[in-house]
Amino acid sequence: MIELTGVGFTAGLLRLHDLNLYVDAGESVALMGRSGAGKTSLIEVICGLRPLDAGRVMLNGVDVTRWDPADRRIGYVPQDLALFPHLSVREQLEFAPRMAGTSAKVYRSRCEQWGELLGIRALWGRSVLGLSGGELQRVAIGRALSAEPQVLLLDEPFSSLDEATRLEMRALLNQVQTETRVAALYVTHNAQEARMMGQRILNLEGGFLRPVVVPVPRSEAKPSSEIPEVPQSESPSGP
Amino acid sequence: MSRLAPPPPSALLPRRGRGLRDACFVVTLFVVGGSYVLLLAALLGADLRYVAPDDFHRIVQQPETQAAARLTFLTSTVAAVIAVWVATPLAYLLSRFRFPGRVLVDLLVDIPLVLPPLVMGLSLLILFHVRIGEWQLEAWLQQTFGWRVTYEVPAIILAQFTVICGLAVRTLRTTFDMLPVRTEQVARTLGCSRYQVFRYVVLPQAGRGLFTAFVVAWARAVGEFGPILVFASATRFRTEVLSTSVFLELNHGDLGAAVATSLFLLAVALLTLVALRLFGLGGRV
Repeated sequence: MIELTGVGFTAGLLRLHDLNLYVDAGESVALMGRSGAGKTSLIEVICGLRPLDAGRVMLNGVDVTRWDPADRRIGYVPQDLALFPHLSVREQLEFAPRMAGTSAKVYRSRCEQWGELLGIRALWGRSVLGLSGGELQRVAIGRALSAEPQVLLLDEPFSSLDEATRLEMRALLNQVQTETRVAALYVTHNAQEARMMGQRILNLEGGFLRPVVVPVPRSEAKPSSEIPEVPQSESPSGP
Repeated sequence: MSRLAPPPPSALLPRRGRGLRDACFVVTLFVVGGSYVLLLAALLGADLRYVAPDDFHRIVQQPETQAAARLTFLTSTVAAVIAVWVATPLAYLLSRFRFPGRVLVDLLVDIPLVLPPLVMGLSLLILFHVRIGEWQLEAWLQQTFGWRVTYEVPAIILAQFTVICGLAVRTLRTTFDMLPVRTEQVARTLGCSRYQVFRYVVLPQAGRGLFTAFVVAWARAVGEFGPILVFASATRFRTEVLSTSVFLELNHGDLGAAVATSLFLLAVALLTLVALRLFGLGGRV
């Protein structure tokens, strides 16, 4: 669960304040906004990579505002993926548990399971250099998940993928979320992608976070987990 | 908005004389730039023309030259290792952290690159011999640890280190600046301490930069002359290195031996450049 209360921060010339956000466990929320609106900076604030001017960040009910990024247990997939170029696919997934001092026996089998789920087991020994966009995406998600995060933050995760791979990745992430019950926040500036990935959509514009009402075509106007009811406002007190 | 008028048909034809102007430009590049290359080639050619095969044979046989070569490679390697070891954390600090006095530190580190090396040697000599009351660094080291520095082998290493460390910092700073910060940030979110990020994410990616810094520092140490002459002197079989050998041979009036030693140093420099092009940041030959 992610909870931001009265968050304010500065990113270059951009100053945002009094932002409130709530993402429940197992829920996926898409965060939209124009380029330069502060979406990526907001993600960095949640990660602890950007200092706060005001407000509070809570993860799974714990105030982590002053915590180091290393202690927050966040699965962060940045826009450029930022995979480690010197490590193989297996080593990328084993990186977090290895750094945490988990025994090799334990993390090897767990990472292999993630590899199977993400469909990258066949690439295990390969370097990340030379993999396709979809494969790199899977590796980055696998690396984030292998740290057993409390929340998943994905910044423009599918911006460089074709339509078929996007659909595939969406199904995969839905499966991952069903299994892990992590709260997920997807940043995008693409409305279609936001509808695809978020159970709710928020728009960051002019320094405010506003819910977006998704227009549902009549033919598709039926109960769906992908296009749920949109709450009237973002409340820090939760649902 | 009004539409732009189409260009006249004559504008679509190739302009006359463009080929000639382009050729003139390229020829100018070759002539002006080539003058420097020509000068270097002329210098090398003149040295090779002057030196006789006997001179090479003679310097290789000389025990003092052999001792100088051994001492050169030993001190240069030790100085380069220490320089890279010290420069790595300093360059990383300057590249990634904002702290009070950072600009001043950045400026200080560049001093060895612009200061005449002779002045560096003189400053080292003064540092070790200036008296603060009754206390003197050289005397204190000798009395406390039994170490003699000035005019001894440690003086050569220290003189080389002082000059080449700034060079290593500059090379490594460029390397760290080129590495994406995002991978380090992601590593932090994956639970890494700052040390783990440096050890397992930054250093493996900086391999070529480290190699380049070492080789550049080593090559510069091999050719260092001014500070060594002032701080370590040039005593045969004791503090004589190849660069000071050239000076000693010149003083003795043996120009042939001086040029032969110089060409040996040139060969070392060329090998270093080839190694850099093959394995360093400079890409491939």
